[in-house]
Amino acid sequence: MPSITVTVNGKSVSAEVEGRTLLVQLLREQLKLTGTHIGCDTSQCGACVVLMDGKSVKSCSVLAVQADGKALTTIEGLASGDTLHPMQQAFKDNHGLQCGFCTPGMIMSGLDIVSRHGNALDEKLIRAELEGNICRCTGYQNIVKAIQQGASDMAVKS
Amino acid sequence: MYEFEYHSPHSIADAVTLVREADEAKFLAGGQTLLPTMKHRLASPEQIVDLGSIDALTGISADEKTLTIGAMTTHADVAASQIVRDTLPALANLASEIGDPAVRNRGTLGGSIANNDPAADYPAALLALGATICTDRRELNAREFFVGMFETALEEDELIVRVVFPRPDRAAYCKFANPASRYAIVGVFVALFDGKAQVAVTGATSYAHRATGIEKVLADGLEVERIDGVTIPVERMNSDIHASAEYRAHLVKVIAKRALSACLDE
Repeated sequence: MPSITVTVNGKSVSAEVEGRTLLVQLLREQLKLTGTHIGCDTSQCGACVVLMDGKSVKSCSVLAVQADGKALTTIEGLASGDTLHPMQQAFKDNHGLQCGFCTPGMIMSGLDIVSRHGNALDEKLIRAELEGNICRCTGYQNIVKAIQQGASDMAVKS
Repeated sequence: MYEFEYHSPHSIADAVTLVREADEAKFLAGGQTLLPTMKHRLASPEQIVDLGSIDALTGISADEKTLTIGAMTTHADVAASQIVRDTLPALANLASEIGDPAVRNRGTLGGSIANNDPAADYPAALLALGATICTDRRELNAREFFVGMFETALEEDELIVRVVFPRPDRAAYCKFANPASRYAIVGVFVALFDGKAQVAVTGATSYAHRATGIEKVLADGLEVERIDGVTIPVERMNSDIHASAEYRAHLVKVIAKRALSACLDE
């Protein structure tokens, strides 16, 4: 079995994986980071979005071996202790979730949007950028508000 | 996912040899179509040859006449490239509308055209621009390359290395996207070379094609209204839950007019 080394949320981790092991399986089943969710498992829904070398990817559609040598950020890597990351706090403040299943992916995609478009985001852009993240509860209104506030708060707090 | 053997070669020659010597192997580009397809068992290669470690397959460059993009260049990189934005902005726009941001971070030009999905965006651009597909062994023009639904002229062990796009005077791509998948229900790419329009349509038929009927009426003048006079063969159109053949035939003209307008306004 191939042995890979990845940096997950700042820590270097080595793991034995099969060629067929998906990145999301490595995270959830081997590293026990279950905050990354499997929704559709076919790259549609975005519940499994993580950052790989700073860019959003759907971890159900990346092989674990393809992450060898790369830096991964998952939802577990955002808060510092009890202090939520500004993007997480914004989802809480704006009631940006109902069942919460899609939320980790939404937050990771939100960070990807900020990294490419900066801290002042308009609603239209956020909606277009959330094309690959599906929420079946909220109707998106508060998710969009949360990302807008989170983006803006990240500028203040960073 | 079912079990398969994984390879990660560092050179084009090694990748081709691995596929040639295997019973049933597939090249893996960005994996945004192949991996979900394998999970569904719609494809079940026993060996996967990952192209992600071959540096020679990525990169973007331009000269006065052409824009060249490596096969493993992602949609996100094409969309964000200053070279593409300066030399062929319509192609950057096309890439920026494929799938969603996470898919664009993995999906590649070579993977898209090798798959030749009837609703993929890139085939329309390659056909309209008269692009050349350079493989490990030969050069094919776009019209020779795309031969059927999910079919190309590629041999089993043949690898796309890069695509060379002639630089048009102006170009535009316009699509009517499926609201869920962002695939083109109908997409039209219009390119102008020396006042002559080259037009290609994706999403409408079993695979992308040059719209010779539209090109013919535009040969007499580049007025958008001329497209109204073209008859689109309904019997050749795709028909599915997203759009009937009649609706697609209607959309071809509507979207072609929008693309030509955008091209003329550029």
